[in-house]
Amino acid sequence: MATLENDRAGVAPWLLSSPALLLFVVLLFVPLLLTLMLSFKVFSDVNGIQTTYTLANYVAVVTDPYYGAIFLRTAGLAIAVTLLSALLGVPETIVLARMRKPWQSWCLLVVLGPLLISVVVRTLGWQILLGNNGLLNNALQALGITSEPIRLVFTMTGVIIALTHVLVPFMVMSVWATLQKLDPQVEWAGLSLGASPFHVFRRVVLPQILPGVLSGSIIVFALSASAFATPALIGGRRLKTVATAAYDEFLGSLNWPLGASIAILLLIANVAIVMGCSRLAEQRFKHIFE
Amino acid sequence: MSFLTLQHISKKYGEFTAIEQIDLEIERGEFLSLLGPSGCGKTTTLQMIAGFVTPTSGKIMFDGRDITRERPEKRGMGVVFQSYALFPHMTVDDNVGFGLQMRSVKPAERRERVAQALDLVRLSGLGARYPKQLSGGQRQRVAIARALAMQPKLLLLDEPMSNLDAKLREEMHIELRSIQRSLGITTILVTHDQVEAMTMSDRIAVMHRGRITQISTPFEAYERPQTPFASSFLGKTNTLSGEVLVRNARCVEVEVAGLIFDVPHEGRSMKGRVNVYIRPEKVRLTDHEAVARTRGRIATCVFLGNQWLLEIETGLGKLSIARPNFGPPPPAEGEEVGVLWDDDDLRVLEVEVSRGHA
Repeated sequence: MATLENDRAGVAPWLLSSPALLLFVVLLFVPLLLTLMLSFKVFSDVNGIQTTYTLANYVAVVTDPYYGAIFLRTAGLAIAVTLLSALLGVPETIVLARMRKPWQSWCLLVVLGPLLISVVVRTLGWQILLGNNGLLNNALQALGITSEPIRLVFTMTGVIIALTHVLVPFMVMSVWATLQKLDPQVEWAGLSLGASPFHVFRRVVLPQILPGVLSGSIIVFALSASAFATPALIGGRRLKTVATAAYDEFLGSLNWPLGASIAILLLIANVAIVMGCSRLAEQRFKHIFE
Repeated sequence: MSFLTLQHISKKYGEFTAIEQIDLEIERGEFLSLLGPSGCGKTTTLQMIAGFVTPTSGKIMFDGRDITRERPEKRGMGVVFQSYALFPHMTVDDNVGFGLQMRSVKPAERRERVAQALDLVRLSGLGARYPKQLSGGQRQRVAIARALAMQPKLLLLDEPMSNLDAKLREEMHIELRSIQRSLGITTILVTHDQVEAMTMSDRIAVMHRGRITQISTPFEAYERPQTPFASSFLGKTNTLSGEVLVRNARCVEVEVAGLIFDVPHEGRSMKGRVNVYIRPEKVRLTDHEAVARTRGRIATCVFLGNQWLLEIETGLGKLSIARPNFGPPPPAEGEEVGVLWDDDDLRVLEVEVSRGHA
């Protein structure tokens, strides 16, 4: 693309990006800053939020094993969803990429479908499917596989299933992009050199789509670690993740500073993990891709 | 029996016939080119030999066995692809050694053979690099080394030079040819570049619309094309349409725009409408009124360094002439000149009756 020289560009770039900049500053940066400030405020059950500042909220979150368990659960949830998304998404994308034209577009639409449906509707759908009197449990009992319903709603398993369902499309899109860049002749090259189709996949195709799997994993991890609606609706009030715990502090115990510090800690953890992973991926794949 | 034989090979994609009843025999150690314009089926033919595409009908025999339905990884053929298809996540060494690794060659021997292959394509010392860190020409050499490292019985080249610039391409023609000669490896090259085919091949199979129209040495293919397509596809030629008057013992008399040509027919039957082909380098200019076959005006005159290209407006139509840069330059544009040729240098072919093609 043609680029203008710096001194000739003038104010045009600033003008063009000002709507987006304004949006970011007003709707993201300012609230984030306010949350950060809020997290250092002193809170008392009697008088509410004070004007003085303290580190006590952070100390409370970090030292209390109750919050430790929530953070660990959230990390476990995010890791499980990421692994499942990769396990399901990669083969799914490879099959999709090899489909013929009209079918490919239709199936792609089906795969991306969850993103088109409101999170509430989608989650209620899962409730109907996974509930104690849901389709899945009724079917299992009718087939005589189990004698009593398997509890899926209000369990980690249920949350993992529902979150994987909505986040797999991000994995598919990410892997799809790298798969499109793959030279179709490299597979033939592998075959002509005596590699079996399995070896061609493991030694030739997989290493080349790995960057896509990695970036997809980063997206899925970040989104599932900070997911709110699905854990709240399927996990219920007792099976808390970090996002729902922050919500409960805000609206349940009305301890805004504590909720804010939980949110900030989640943000920091998420950013650190995501940045670390992408830095690692960049170094690892630098020589392969420009 | 030949080393590689294609028997009545056809390939259909739905209603479309890509390859129609091809027969081809290749001897051990031979360098054969499949030459034709894009869409003629030459790449499909190569892919069927390599096993990437299965023929709809027909049989492929290779080194005494039927490989028509054998999987490509079992065939042991070296393939160099148009895009080179190097593995970007592997070093040059690992790329070249991949085939050996798949055949469970021990690491020590593998290293030695990788080094030999890289030496052969003059890339020694670049083994630790990744494909992205190499130039286009170097990548192509890696692709050749990778195909040769496993010492295949057959080397297949799918337009390997088309991504190189003209000068590099010429160098690679000579180099690849000498590598092929020194290894004695049977090679099939797919190309649309007639210079490439002529430089490297023992024989050229000219392909057109899913068929092989002619198989012969480069000299034969150029000098004695069997079809109007072959004569215009291989090199430049002047095409004059005429009418056969008489067929004599050695020649046919052809009338073109009132001029009589006496062209050797080489035993082929010839009547009715025909085309007479004159190569530009076989036409000369002359000052002598007595020897000139016709006269014309120089329409354009272009200097190419090693030769002059002229276009002469004559009673026969426009004639292209190539004249070596030897002696004084030709007369200027617009001047009248005499034009001379030897009828024995001409080629006469019956006008192709347009056959239905699926």
